[in-house]
Amino acid sequence: MAENTKFDIKSISRSEFETQFYKRNPPGSSGALKTKKVAIAGAGGLGSNVAAALVRAGVYNLIIADFDRIELSNLNRQQFFYEQAGLLKVAALKENLLKINPYINVTALSEKISAENAAAIFGEADLLVEAFDRAEMKAMLIEAWCTAYPQKFIVAASGLAGTGRCGLIKTSVYGKLVICGDQRSEASEANGLIAPRVAMVAAMQANCAVEILLTGGVKI
Amino acid sequence: MISVNEQPLAWRENLSVSELLKICKYSFPLIIVKIDGEIVAKSEYEKFMVPDGANVSVIHLMSGG
Repeated sequence: MAENTKFDIKSISRSEFETQFYKRNPPGSSGALKTKKVAIAGAGGLGSNVAAALVRAGVYNLIIADFDRIELSNLNRQQFFYEQAGLLKVAALKENLLKINPYINVTALSEKISAENAAAIFGEADLLVEAFDRAEMKAMLIEAWCTAYPQKFIVAASGLAGTGRCGLIKTSVYGKLVICGDQRSEASEANGLIAPRVAMVAAMQANCAVEILLTGGVKI
Repeated sequence: MISVNEQPLAWRENLSVSELLKICKYSFPLIIVKIDGEIVAKSEYEKFMVPDGANVSVIHLMSGG
């Protein structure tokens, strides 16, 4: 490859790309990751980081819903670039994810999620990742999903504001409801949201999602 | 006897989820209640009776994402 020339995806076949993509993954992980579908509710601090981690893990099928647009105040923790300010989060996120793997299938929905539409919007997914900001939205989604699909997992996040205190961040399993976070650090003006701790919890959610896709459950 | 967030609690008859939350002083508006692995919808808190031996999880949700 010549210096300063971008890699041309057309220079190799799709199967060659995929072989290289999964080369360092745990053996046997590509089958489930390529065929199963993950939904992500929210494309902000949690959702954009969860989506990036899942695509890097080799997940191919995603449904992502968020009605919001990118603001400069999102850049301290969300996987967007300053040039994308003003764009719909789901559209920009899809574009960014396709730069990691051009063969993924992302359904990007610019919709406000409610108790009435959540089950229908995310229903075809094998599992749902809750990635909202506000606690009342989290509660609404968990209740809607667990009521509609008691047999499917939901991986939620609660307690990720501030810095440090890595040792408090944990994964708790309540049947098919998994909660990542310290379950105590609420976001507020005094306790802000900042990339590392938000991304840690997002990565923990993605880790649980991958484990569920590969093994059908979550081990603590 | 029931278990609430892994703490033992005496059971009594006609113990609704609302009652239980009051007894345990869980006054947060944003919680999820799971009883023996099943979610109890907010609209059911008054009429859902907690069975003896139940394993109850009360999860307080925090904003941030």
